[in-house]
Amino acid sequence: MPRRDPSTPEGAVESLRLMWTIRRFEEAVEELFDRGQLHGTMHLSIGQEAVAEGVAAALETGDMITSTHRGHGHTLAHGADPATMLAELLARETGYCRGRGGSMHIADVAGGNLGANGIVAGSMTIAAGAALAERMKGGDRVTVCFFGDGAANEGSFHEAINLAAIWDLAVVFVCENNQYGMSMASDKGTAGGSVAKRADAYGIPGSQVDGNDVVSVFETTLEMVRRAREGEGPSLIEALTYRYRGHSKSDRNLYRTQTEIDDWRNLRDPLDRFEGSLLESGGVETGTIDKIRGEVRESIRDAVTEAFAAPPTTVADLEGAAYA
Amino acid sequence: MTVRNIASAINDGLDVALSGDDRVMILGQDVGRTGGVFRITDGLLEKYGSERVVDTPVAESGIVGVGLGLAVGGLRPVCEIQFMGFSYPAFDQVISHVSRMRNRSRHRFTVPMVIRMPYGGGIGAAEHHSESTEAIYAHTPGLKVVVPSTPADAKGLLLAAIEDPDPVIFLEPIRLYRAVKEDVPEGPHRQEIGPARVERSGSDVTLVTWGAMTRETRRAADTLSEDGVSAEVIDLRTLVPWDRETVFESVERTGRLVVVHEAPLTGGLGGEIVATVSEQCLYSLLAPPKRVTGWDTVFPLKRSEEHYLPGVDRIVTAVRKDLDG
Ligand SMILES: Cc1ncc(C[n+]2csc(CCOP(=O)(O)OP(=O)(O)O)c2C)c(N)n1
Ligand SMILES: [Mg+2]
Repeated sequence: MPRRDPSTPEGAVESLRLMWTIRRFEEAVEELFDRGQLHGTMHLSIGQEAVAEGVAAALETGDMITSTHRGHGHTLAHGADPATMLAELLARETGYCRGRGGSMHIADVAGGNLGANGIVAGSMTIAAGAALAERMKGGDRVTVCFFGDGAANEGSFHEAINLAAIWDLAVVFVCENNQYGMSMASDKGTAGGSVAKRADAYGIPGSQVDGNDVVSVFETTLEMVRRAREGEGPSLIEALTYRYRGHSKSDRNLYRTQTEIDDWRNLRDPLDRFEGSLLESGGVETGTIDKIRGEVRESIRDAVTEAFAAPPTTVADLEGAAYA
Repeated sequence: MTVRNIASAINDGLDVALSGDDRVMILGQDVGRTGGVFRITDGLLEKYGSERVVDTPVAESGIVGVGLGLAVGGLRPVCEIQFMGFSYPAFDQVISHVSRMRNRSRHRFTVPMVIRMPYGGGIGAAEHHSESTEAIYAHTPGLKVVVPSTPADAKGLLLAAIEDPDPVIFLEPIRLYRAVKEDVPEGPHRQEIGPARVERSGSDVTLVTWGAMTRETRRAADTLSEDGVSAEVIDLRTLVPWDRETVFESVERTGRLVVVHEAPLTGGLGGEIVATVSEQCLYSLLAPPKRVTGWDTVFPLKRSEEHYLPGVDRIVTAVRKDLDG
């Protein structure tokens, strides 16, 4: 059974809450960064909420994910606590990795999140290995491997999918195609027309979905997860979406037009679309939506406060974790 | 002469190389319109076109491997890797092939290529965005390793690297990109690969360093001089082949050696330098040579970065111990 089903009224409310949680979380992170309270580099997934939630909703508790440098959304949708995540980002002892991993290396091992990854395509073979371990232990947990369109052109992409395919591993590879890898347009950098098409070469199912439609993402993932769980092997989903913000905070957006950004934001926003369809079908009322938005805003505000109150990391055991 | 920072000096060096030699080309992620992560290639696409300034997908092994093919084919590729920590997907190409072609073919193949990598910490980002793993490259026979710390050296060494018949790993200290300015000669200014630069003369102790640590070490030397300690600071600027003579000559005068680098201690180049000096200058040494380095762990998040990186205090303390010991 999936955790939540966004195609039902009860599930939709939960999914909407999660998508708003991701959006507000990312906005909070952006604000902290702009105020100089967060450091390093920061990759926001604003605009891509439906992929994270559509996929995570189709999983069961105990299933595993691997994530990317742009992983806050995946992590939240897979059940992480915003305050603990923010504590990680703010280098606090209460963070998921005791404040030592940060945004790009957040992992929630107990929650089945094997980790964000600062290396593009870095988690793809890890996902295959985790799935193999699961099979050797006799379990039926599924591993979802999130990766970007840019990652599809690293060598690891091929090695990971090929291994998963020859060994029939329970991995669902989810390409979050937000149209660009930094400044490289996906269609310029990727041979063969699409990432999903490459699935044919490995003899596994591949499908392209509207990544800004949470229900489509959910339904496709549900089927791929089912087959993985029943021993039918890996698959590849390519979810088409868009990143509104720059690649990271230093991006000058020279490779795309403002019109393009505005079009995605105004016409295809995953939250607008989901809310619109819920109101139209009558599944959810305006009041409920307003309530969710208000509650999420408050919960993220509280999470920020909680994270700031947590004890900062110290340098005392800097060398203490390189070895057992 | 034009006053430039290191970023601008490298940009100028690339411009001079591209305009002076049709065989020179640039390959890397986002190096075109965007000008690269650190805007080092700004304006070059517009000037030289997309056949010579090539935006690639995220594919380090491809960038370096194709660079090798280009070099063997008679071109002069300059590959840009976005951060040193992202060079590892290209390890196979660098270590298995780029470095070995000449030896394997007994000089029939030459690999005149440059692999540029921003490196080092101090910018508030953990792990791959801040590391300093030059020892791995220096340990690989067949590669030259160059690290400028001044704008004039950055341009001069880059042009020398591009003209060099062998592959050069060209490390650019991120923290210094826009931190220091000086007059940089116009046109084809070359700085020979190999010779070290004496950043500051002194007679009591020899401090050997490179890259961004040159600035810290210089500051430490200035602090020490207030106490009447005269420290000589040597910026190696080439790590392979490193300038043994300049270091030996200095240690023979001062009798003391402290090596400063931001890479971890174990297996770092400090060990190599100390060992070589101990072998060659043992009877000149008045105290055991010392190393001031990063710690034996992964580069941490911002909060701990000042602790990780050798700073003036740690360098001064090490020198004082050396003088007392
Ligand atoms: C091996 C490696 N090379 C380069 C980088 C720098 N980098 C970070 S994200 C990124 C683009 C990745 O594009 P994509 O996979 O489409 O993910 P997106 O950023 O669009 O979410 C690059 C090149 C990196 N982190 N790792
Ligand atoms: Mg992308």
